[in-house]
Amino acid sequence: MSVLGKLEETLICLKAGRVTLPYPAEAQPVPEKFRGRPIFDATKCVGCSGCANNCPAREILVFDVCQEIRILQYLGRRCTYCGRCADVCPEKAITMSLEFENATNKISDLVQKLDLFMSTCQRCGRCFKGTAALEELKMKGYRSDDIPHERWIYRAHSFLESEPVVDDIQIELD
Amino acid sequence: MLKNLCQKMFGRSLWVYHANSGGCNGCDIEVLNVLTPYYDVERFGIKLVGSPRHADVMLCQGPAMRSTGQALKRAYEAMPAPKLVFAIGSCACGGGVWFDSYSVLGPVEKVVPVNYYIPGCPPRPEAIIYGVAVALGLVDKKVAPVEFKQIEFPIPNYHPGDLRRDDHGMVVYEKIKQV
Repeated sequence: MSVLGKLEETLICLKAGRVTLPYPAEAQPVPEKFRGRPIFDATKCVGCSGCANNCPAREILVFDVCQEIRILQYLGRRCTYCGRCADVCPEKAITMSLEFENATNKISDLVQKLDLFMSTCQRCGRCFKGTAALEELKMKGYRSDDIPHERWIYRAHSFLESEPVVDDIQIELD
Repeated sequence: MLKNLCQKMFGRSLWVYHANSGGCNGCDIEVLNVLTPYYDVERFGIKLVGSPRHADVMLCQGPAMRSTGQALKRAYEAMPAPKLVFAIGSCACGGGVWFDSYSVLGPVEKVVPVNYYIPGCPPRPEAIIYGVAVALGLVDKKVAPVEFKQIEFPIPNYHPGDLRRDDHGMVVYEKIKQV
């Protein structure tokens, strides 16, 4: 009986053939709905920082270095590729790519850093996404760097003092 | 030359030690999946050993915890001298989702020096094989830091106070301040 069992096992093994996937030689397609590394598209990003608020691992950091420039930094260290940032992004600027071959010898290789121009709120002096056409131009990069006189250009019920209301912060990035 | 020869002769097989210091077992299962016949890494000479004293490579999964950090350090010190440490998974690379919990010290690089990082939660078995191939020098790494700087198009500043009329009656700006 045991000999017959062994023979049967041998038959099953022979029938299975070769099962080892030829992975390093030829790439295997990833399964459907696979989520890899998120890719940030800087041309679409409006800097709303919804991704930073939604990241469960707190891996997307948003800093305002001054009244007009916002830095969005994605440190890929503890990202779990959950896709919440891509889910919440209103401009679809974040796509979950199919990249999984992210092995590296330096963890800072995974960093994606975007410097974004924002328009300044004429009331509180913080960065925000302007809705007027001129402000959208400003976010595209056409800037005059003249904050005290911007109240004449942009529609606002109030205006900024000539000194910045919010101090420029020194950011410390690891 | 002797070094190159030695590397060519002896650099073939890596014996790996599998150290979990408080992960959720997801990365463990992926590492064991690498050793199954489907992703047969024993064809590259990679073999799982049970003791860090026999190992060349330590595969760390899970963050360095308050309770297991010292044990991880002792396991690292028990390994013989040419040794590599792989941090596999988000927890080992960056501390995991619960990085700010009271019992988590942080990524394993806070306790032992890490040579290669394989992020993912959990990384695919292919990603782990790719990481080992990067360490062996078979392939180049694909990721690179991305830094985007928006281009500024400065607008010259015109102020109504600088307006005047020239000889032909045209309005010109007397002073154009280039930003």
